[in-house]
Amino acid sequence: MDQPSNQALHRHPTPEQEHGLKTEELLLNMGPQHPSTHGVLRLILHIEGEVVLDADPDIGYLHRGMEKLAERRTYAQVLPLTDRNDYLAAMSNNQVYCQAVEKLAGIEVPERAHFIRVVVNELGRIASHLVWLGTFALDLGAMSVFLYCFREREVLLSLFEEICGARMTYSYIRVGGVPWDVPDGWADRVRQFLDYLLPRLDENDALLTGNEVFLSRTQGVGVLDPRLAINYGVSGPSLRGSGPQFDVRRDDPYAVYDRLDFDIPYQTTGDCLGRYLVRVEEMRQSARIVRQALDLMPEGPIMAKMPRVFRPPAGEVYTRVESPRGLLGVYLVSDGGTNPFRLKWRAPSFANLQVLPEIVRGWKIADVVAILGSIDIVLGDIDR
Amino acid sequence: MNQELEQTIRQQFPDAVLAATDCKGTLLITIKADQLLPVCRFVRDSLEFDFPDCVTGIDTGKELEVVYTLWSTVRDNDLSIKVVLPYDAPEVDSVTEVWKGANWHEREVYDLLGVRFRNHPDLRRILLPESFQGHPLRKEYQETD
Repeated sequence: MDQPSNQALHRHPTPEQEHGLKTEELLLNMGPQHPSTHGVLRLILHIEGEVVLDADPDIGYLHRGMEKLAERRTYAQVLPLTDRNDYLAAMSNNQVYCQAVEKLAGIEVPERAHFIRVVVNELGRIASHLVWLGTFALDLGAMSVFLYCFREREVLLSLFEEICGARMTYSYIRVGGVPWDVPDGWADRVRQFLDYLLPRLDENDALLTGNEVFLSRTQGVGVLDPRLAINYGVSGPSLRGSGPQFDVRRDDPYAVYDRLDFDIPYQTTGDCLGRYLVRVEEMRQSARIVRQALDLMPEGPIMAKMPRVFRPPAGEVYTRVESPRGLLGVYLVSDGGTNPFRLKWRAPSFANLQVLPEIVRGWKIADVVAILGSIDIVLGDIDR
Repeated sequence: MNQELEQTIRQQFPDAVLAATDCKGTLLITIKADQLLPVCRFVRDSLEFDFPDCVTGIDTGKELEVVYTLWSTVRDNDLSIKVVLPYDAPEVDSVTEVWKGANWHEREVYDLLGVRFRNHPDLRRILLPESFQGHPLRKEYQETD
């Protein structure tokens, strides 16, 4: 099999190709302190005029050594560390860690807990996508959408606060289930929120896709070839914007996703607009999943019986979930002790960012902002 | 499904497979380190493991291990391939030419565990600064403040 590449796609000509102007290659540091890098990411851009010849992402500014820290903590103590990896989707991080420990130790999670997990995971996805939508629009100059998205998200964060006391670093999903049941009336307040949210999503969507400037900044920009994307291990909406319909929730189902009815949105254009459309539709699908899960949620216990001193048997296991950013995996090795022997965090943003140089080559610096925004990275997730 | 998979790989590489276990549904095969590249090419081209999921470096305290976890978007199945490397010369071929996405993952294993990947296009530290001494995910690593 030949290696897939992004060569044949449209590119801007360099000043020399276009006007015969002699220019020199210039190195430009974008970040680590730059509002549109969404955190502390440094992009070393090789430019000629306005045209990007190559990009070299420099990461690690937010590296906290979480995998090493985990080896010094008990299984229960590791959980708060996971919140701080992808801090916009802490529920997914809790979920994947607990899932790995449960798989390794063979813990049966009660059914009600599974349903609650699905609800909070999908609400987390909506909250994360709202931040993405707002900041992506802001990157392209649409200030009002940013304010609307954060207004909507505020309601969601209050719902999270009600269920677990925290607005971002939840530690709500625990090994064996969830620690507290949903408060009285919470399910109805979630339904009310979804009723409120969906028309506003359409409104925001119309503000952007009905805007000529937004379309010209995203349509056909930063096209990612589907075969190249898979070869790079790109996942989540960034992959599905290029065509492949790989979604862990359907292809390697966990919790109770196999009992719920939802679509996997995808686009075949592979450009920034395609990735945008996938995420917007995903929010609608998440709302659909949340409604079903709330309706189907059975009564019963929410926590499995756990020993006071927890020692999973020796062994190793890999598990994955679909975080808002893509495939989030954990490789967990136990030696039979009270602490994880090795905990490896497979972060979706890490794999997704890797493909950036391939899709910014030949585009202008302003397009780099759009393309980077459309990949939706979280630096805490990348650097760990 | 996993048994079939194991049989196919064993038939193709009778001398390379050292062990095969089922890790809660994921087939984990341990192969000879010098056979990594041919095995990886085979599982990508013939068994459709097109998606490089995860590369994990493990210090067992006795030796270093590298585990390549792969996913097939065609068959919706996963596979882990493990190589075991000696402490004094932890070197193995890079699989970047098979999956481009292995690039950063291998750099991370090099950075944090000190495994050297032969023919890697860009083997530099990735999370830690170039001036950093040692490889922190090794069990012997001593923290300095």
